[in-house]
Amino acid sequence: MSEERIRKFEARRQELKKMGDDELKQRFWELCKKVVEPMTEYGSKYTSPSIERSVLLRMGIDSPTSQGAVVAINEAGLLGKGAGHVVLKVAKNLNLEIREAAKKISEDKTVLEGLF
Amino acid sequence: MQQKLDPKKKLDIEEILENLENYHPRRKGWTWRQPVEGGYKVGKFHFKDMTQPLKNSIPLPAAKYFDNIDPQPKPVITTEIASGRFEDDIRRMRMAAWHGADHIMVIRTTGQSHIDGLLEGTPEGVGGVPITRKQIRASRKACDQIEDEVGRPINFHSYVSGVAGPEVAVLFAEEGINGAHQDPQYNVLYRNVNMYRSFTDAASAKKVMADAGIFQIDGAHNANATAKEGWSVMPELLVQHGINCAFSESVGMPKEQIGLSTVPPCAPPSPKLWYDLPYAVALRDIFSEYKFRAQQNTRYIESDIEEATRTHVIDTLISALTHVDIQSTITPDEGRNVPWHHNNIRGIETAKQTLVALDGIKQLIKIDRDGPLGEMVRDLKERAICFLEEMVETGGYFAAVEKGFFVDSAKYPERNGDGIARDGKGGVGVGSIVERDADYFAPVCSVFGHNNVPAGVDKACDLIDGCTLCKPEKIYYIDEIDASDNCNLRLEKTVDFRKGDKIKPEVEWAGDGTVLIQLFLPEEIEVARVAALEVAKKMGLSEPEVINAQVMHPSEGTFLEVKGKVDFTIDKKSLKIPPKEILLSEDEIRAGIKKVGLKVVAGTVGEDEHSVGLREILDIKHGGIEKYGVKYHYLGTSVPIGKMVDAAIETGAQAILISTIISHNDVHRKNMRKLDELCREKGIRDKIILICGGTQVTREIARECGMDDGFGRGSKGIQVVDSIVKILKNQGAI
Repeated sequence: MSEERIRKFEARRQELKKMGDDELKQRFWELCKKVVEPMTEYGSKYTSPSIERSVLLRMGIDSPTSQGAVVAINEAGLLGKGAGHVVLKVAKNLNLEIREAAKKISEDKTVLEGLF
Repeated sequence: MQQKLDPKKKLDIEEILENLENYHPRRKGWTWRQPVEGGYKVGKFHFKDMTQPLKNSIPLPAAKYFDNIDPQPKPVITTEIASGRFEDDIRRMRMAAWHGADHIMVIRTTGQSHIDGLLEGTPEGVGGVPITRKQIRASRKACDQIEDEVGRPINFHSYVSGVAGPEVAVLFAEEGINGAHQDPQYNVLYRNVNMYRSFTDAASAKKVMADAGIFQIDGAHNANATAKEGWSVMPELLVQHGINCAFSESVGMPKEQIGLSTVPPCAPPSPKLWYDLPYAVALRDIFSEYKFRAQQNTRYIESDIEEATRTHVIDTLISALTHVDIQSTITPDEGRNVPWHHNNIRGIETAKQTLVALDGIKQLIKIDRDGPLGEMVRDLKERAICFLEEMVETGGYFAAVEKGFFVDSAKYPERNGDGIARDGKGGVGVGSIVERDADYFAPVCSVFGHNNVPAGVDKACDLIDGCTLCKPEKIYYIDEIDASDNCNLRLEKTVDFRKGDKIKPEVEWAGDGTVLIQLFLPEEIEVARVAALEVAKKMGLSEPEVINAQVMHPSEGTFLEVKGKVDFTIDKKSLKIPPKEILLSEDEIRAGIKKVGLKVVAGTVGEDEHSVGLREILDIKHGGIEKYGVKYHYLGTSVPIGKMVDAAIETGAQAILISTIISHNDVHRKNMRKLDELCREKGIRDKIILICGGTQVTREIARECGMDDGFGRGSKGIQVVDSIVKILKNQGAI
C-alpha cells in the first residue's frame, strides 16, 4: 500500500511539473474548494445545540435559560424547526415575552406538545 | 463615561467593574496600524515602514541614545496574556500596550473547549481565563481606557473553538471582540470534537464573526507544536491553511478578515533558514490574498529565556524578509512557567526591536528564487497539492481524517503512522447535529445556511423587534453565578497591594510573592540543583523550585534560576525614598560659577583607561560643565591620586572630579577614600570639593567614602555643576 501511494505520488508530481507557478496556485485552490464543499453543505443543512443556543442568545435570552430550553426542544425532537422558531411559537401561543417563553420551555416540556 | 487613565496612577479595577451591566463596546471589528505617508521621520532617522507613533509609550532601552524615539513597526504586535485572573491580566495589558502591543490575546482556561455552553461570572481559571461575558466585557472596557492612554486602538482577541463555538462567536460579536481563532480542524485533531459537529458549528460561528468584522486566525500552527518533527509537516500545513481559508470564504467571510497562523517550524541548532524560509515563501505565494499572522516558535523552547529570545529574533527576521500583517510574540518563559508580567514585555520588545532594526529590509535585500530556494518552494507546493489530490481520491476530508492523514510526523508522502486519526462516529458531541427541516427558522441576524424566513419579513429579526446584534440593550447580562469563586472575593484579598501601602513582589497575580534568583554554583548539575534549593531556603524563600539549570562545564559549574515565594510585605510608609534633586536654573549656575571663577581638575584614577564618561561630563560638545563657564584641567586616564591633588593645588582649583569605572575588589571605593585622606594630609580638604563618578558609583557610596558627592551611570554635566554650586553656596562662597 505504501509503495502504491508513493508511486501515485510520483505520477501526480510528474503532472504538476508541467505547470507554471500560477497554474499550481490555481490547482491548489480548486482542490481546496472541492474539499470544503461537503463541509459547507453540513453547515447549511444541519444545526446543533450550540447553534440553537446561539440563536436564543441573539433573541436576548440568558445563557442558562438558553441551555435549558434547547435541551427540552431537542428532547422533544424539535431542534430541526429551530429553537428560536419554537420559542417564538410558544411565546405567541401563551402570550409570553420571548425570555419568559424560553424559561417556560425549560421548566415545562408539555408546552411543546402539538406545536407543529 | 469613560475613565481617563493617569500614567502616574494604577488601573482602578473596581472602577472598571462598576456599571459593567450597561457597558457596550464603542466599536467593532479589527484595526490595523496607520502608515505614515512618505515614511516616518523622527530624530535623526527616516524610517521606511514605521507607523503612527504612540501618545504614551516606553521605548526600547537604548532609546536614550537616540533622542528617546519609539518607532512603531508596520505589523500589529500580539501578546498572549493568560494568568487565570482577568483582574491581574488587565494590568499586564496596560504594560504591554505601553511597550507596543496592540493585539492582546486571552487564552482560555483549560478544558473550556469541552464545555457545551457558555460560562458566566468570573471564576478563576487554570492556564487561562474562563471566557465569560463579564470577563471579556471588563477586559474590553479596560482596553478602551488603555488605548486612549497610549493613543492607538487595541485589538482584543480570544478563541471561538470547542463545542460551544457558535455561542462564543455571538458573545464575541455582542461584546466587540476584535479577533478570534476559529478553525474546525483544531477541534477535530486536538480536541477530539466530532468532525461533523465541528464543521457544522464552525459554519455558523464564522458567519457571525464575518458579520461582526472579527478578524479570524486559523489553528494550523498547532501541527508544528504537536508533530514530532515540526518541519516535516510543512506540506500538510499548506493544506490545513487552505481548508480553513476556503471553508471560511464559502460561508461568507471576506478574504481580508482571514488570517493564517503560521510558525517558522525549525529552531537552531538545525540550519533553520533552509527549512523556514522556503516554507514562508511558499505560503506567501499561495495565500497572497490572505493576511499573515506570524507566530514565533514554541516547539523547542525549554527553560532558557535567552535561547528562546534568540530563536524568536530569527523567526521575526523571516517575517520581515517575507511578509507579515500580525507579528505574534511568545513569552520567552513559556517553556518553564505560566508567563510572567515582565516576560510578556520581553517578548514584545523582541519583536519591536527586531522589526525596527530591519525597517525597509526589502529595499536592501532580495530573496533569490533562482537558487535552491526556488526549488524548495516548488517542492512544498507540489507536495501539498498531491496531499489534496490523495485526499480527494480517498473520499474527501472526513475520510482522510479517519485514515490519519494529519499531523503525521513524516514528510508527505512518507508516513510514520503517528498521525492523529479520528472516527467520524466518535468524539465529543457525536450524534448531536440535527438536519434542519424545510420550515427551520431562526429569527435573528447572521444566520448561516437554510433559514425559512416567513414571506413578507425583510429582516429575520424583525419578528422579535431586533436581535442583540442590532439592539445591544437586549443583551442579557449575568454578573456572578458562583458566590465562592469570583473576582470580588479575590480583589478583597489584594486591595492593600493595589490601593494600600503594602508592597509585595508579584509575577502573575497581585501579591503572589514570587521572586526569581539567579546563581552560579561551581558544582556539577545534579549537585547544583539540590544545593540551589538549599540556598533559596536559607534566603527565606518558600516553595523553591529550580526552573532553569544550564551546564557551564560538566564539573566546573552550573548556572541556575530558582523561583520561590516570600511571605512578607513591605510597608510603603516605612520607605525613605531619596528626594529627587531639583536643579538650580542654568542662569543661577552660570552666575555662581562666574562669581568664584570656578576651576576644576579632572581625570580617571587608578589603573583605569576609561575616558568617555568623564569627557561627556566635561566637554561643551556633550553639554558638559564647560558649557556653564567652568575652566577644567583634564589629566587623562590612569592618573595617580597624588597627581590629582598636586594639580589641584598648583592650578588653584576649587574642585577635583575623579572618574573610577573599574570596581573590581572595590577599587573604586578605595580610590575615593585615598583621595579624601590625601587632601586631609595636605590640609586642603575644607577648601576643596571632591566629586567622584562611575558606573558603580552612587551619591550614597561616594559620601560614605569621603566624597562631597557622587554620580552614577547616565549623569550629565549640569548635575555635576549644580552640585558644586550648591556646595559652594552652603560654604558661603557664593
